[in-house]
Amino acid sequence: MSILVDKNTKLITQGITGKAGLFHTMQCSDYGTNVVGGVNPKKAGTEIEGFPVFGSVKEAVDKTGANTSMIFVPAPVAAKAIIEAADAGVKLIVAITEGIPVRDMLNVHHYLKGTDSILIGPNCPGVTTADVAKVGIAPGFIHRKGKIGVVSRSGTLTYEAVYQTTRSGLGQTTAVGIGGDPVHGLNHIDVIRMFENDPETEGIILIGEIGGNDEEAAAEFIKSNVSKPVTAFIAGATAPKGKRMGHAGAIISGSGGTAESKIKALEQAGVFVAKTAADIGHIMCIALREKTGKCHCNKEEDCRY
Amino acid sequence: MKLYEYQSKALLRRAGLPVPASIHVEKVLEVESALSGSGINEGVVKAQAFTGGRGKAGGVKFFRTVGEARSITSEMIGMQLVTRQTGPGGVKINSVLLEEASEIEREYYVAILLDRAKVNPVIMVSPDGGMEIEEVAEKTPERILRMYPEIGKPLSENVKNEGAEFLGLQGSLKHQFGEIIQKLYNSYMQYDATLVEINPLALTKNKGLMILDCKFDIDDNAVFRQLETGGNPNAEKTKAEIEAASYGLNYISLDGNIGCMVNGAGLAMATMDSIKFYGGHPANFLDVGGSANEEAVAKAFSIIVSDPKVECILVNIFGGIMQCDTIANGIISAVKKSGLKLPLVVRLEGTNVEIGKKLIQDSGLNIISASDLDDGAKKAVSVISKSN
Repeated sequence: MSILVDKNTKLITQGITGKAGLFHTMQCSDYGTNVVGGVNPKKAGTEIEGFPVFGSVKEAVDKTGANTSMIFVPAPVAAKAIIEAADAGVKLIVAITEGIPVRDMLNVHHYLKGTDSILIGPNCPGVTTADVAKVGIAPGFIHRKGKIGVVSRSGTLTYEAVYQTTRSGLGQTTAVGIGGDPVHGLNHIDVIRMFENDPETEGIILIGEIGGNDEEAAAEFIKSNVSKPVTAFIAGATAPKGKRMGHAGAIISGSGGTAESKIKALEQAGVFVAKTAADIGHIMCIALREKTGKCHCNKEEDCRY
Repeated sequence: MKLYEYQSKALLRRAGLPVPASIHVEKVLEVESALSGSGINEGVVKAQAFTGGRGKAGGVKFFRTVGEARSITSEMIGMQLVTRQTGPGGVKINSVLLEEASEIEREYYVAILLDRAKVNPVIMVSPDGGMEIEEVAEKTPERILRMYPEIGKPLSENVKNEGAEFLGLQGSLKHQFGEIIQKLYNSYMQYDATLVEINPLALTKNKGLMILDCKFDIDDNAVFRQLETGGNPNAEKTKAEIEAASYGLNYISLDGNIGCMVNGAGLAMATMDSIKFYGGHPANFLDVGGSANEEAVAKAFSIIVSDPKVECILVNIFGGIMQCDTIANGIISAVKKSGLKLPLVVRLEGTNVEIGKKLIQDSGLNIISASDLDDGAKKAVSVISKSN
């Protein structure tokens, strides 16, 4: 088991003919994902690197049975692309595109409420189920099949956590990057609930950052709904107030959304919070050991309390 | 992107909202001609700056004659305005707004912003205008009303009535208030605002409700379609930050002495956090992005070293799509070209990491290699403490 993507995933790429879209479509295919084509109305009927190009998502779904779409189209038209995928009945929509206006995402969020589609992102690295399938831009080689579920607002910090658990032998079930924008699809709670219900996932890593109160809400949820050990890291403890630190969502305004308040809420919920990003994998092993009474990693000698 | 008060008020006036007559002035010489024929005989000179608390800091002053307006304007333009929000350095004032005086009977507060948790805009109103809303929220939260309009629909009569009743407005004022929040909400949507804050919305003696001050922030992701608002997306950026952006680099200058070059916003923040954790101070936030090439890496270097505070550089790259050998080559050529004298700590991880590390080792340059993020931060901090 795993969550969100697996061997039944049938992937199309909206924006397959762009440079990044094509490169990552090929990377996903190489990783083992079943890529069934892409969409570009201007190049419908052609093929690119062996992938058929369709004129619309609806056509792609009708002809291939695609159930997942990865979105690379430019920000000004990305919201339209997400809605097109939902209208065509695509179950999982992973929006990689960065810089989509908040107002557009508000409309998308509102629209998706009336559908069965799940949105991940935008401005995210996507989802990887280790050794099975990858939808997004994460480097495939850092993942190894194992027991940890990773959910993160940041791309490169997802890679840090994944690689640390790979190196320590814990491995991952699925890693999910939910994206750094203020209005996004799945949030921490949604993904944590999926990991809690996934029998193969034994521990959960949550990576958050300053801004918003997604992490505080996740802490509240974990307290009463999660039996598996959870480790967290919050980036941005030293970020100055009022400045946008790369991600549109990573801005502290007013008194909420600080790293301090998030860490406090998580610790009160029994979450093991890593002090630095280099320590995430190590703290995950300690959390697992607290729960199960034995060490699960291959560095037992370093794995002290 | 923030709008100055004069820009916000121009937008609101165009939307049919009640804003006092005012004239924007950039030069002292313009004051006299601006006021003559404007119908403004007495009023206020308001320093244009992205900060609250202008009044207490001397950034808002009354004038009764043209001469007074001129002398206040001449004091304000060019001054560093220091408010409780700006920090001790203050902000430079480049222009002022000359505004007709209003006779105020009461002050209210109205704001529209995004409630991230509810994924919905929220309209906040309070009878305690003219005060800091954070203070009201803390001490008397019951004096703030929050209303959530339905997305994709015009503002409901319910929201308008509820807001007016909460403020105790009746009759024609209730009607006027309804029109005001309707138009404010439309402007919030139309201009991709992330915040529209009216503080105060004043009940005046002769002119009903008037918008006396306004904060208007526009979503940075929507700037491409909001340039006609007159806002300047670079208004708050330093020269180095603007230059960095033109190379696709996300750079923010900070106060410390360890220059950072990192890929990814989250990892860049985490790198700053690690530096602080081990007792050091980052000089900047710099995200080179996911697909940076040799040129971008070289540019990032030149921006970091152009900051005279920098005493050491820490490079932290998790090469996924971007390969470590490419990064290593970028670093090596940038160091050679710039003749860098500062200590340089490099942590590389990811694709082709062994090739990348070997390239650096064989380059003959004085580069300190770090095994992980913490090791890199520790080494950068200790290099500085040794040299001081």
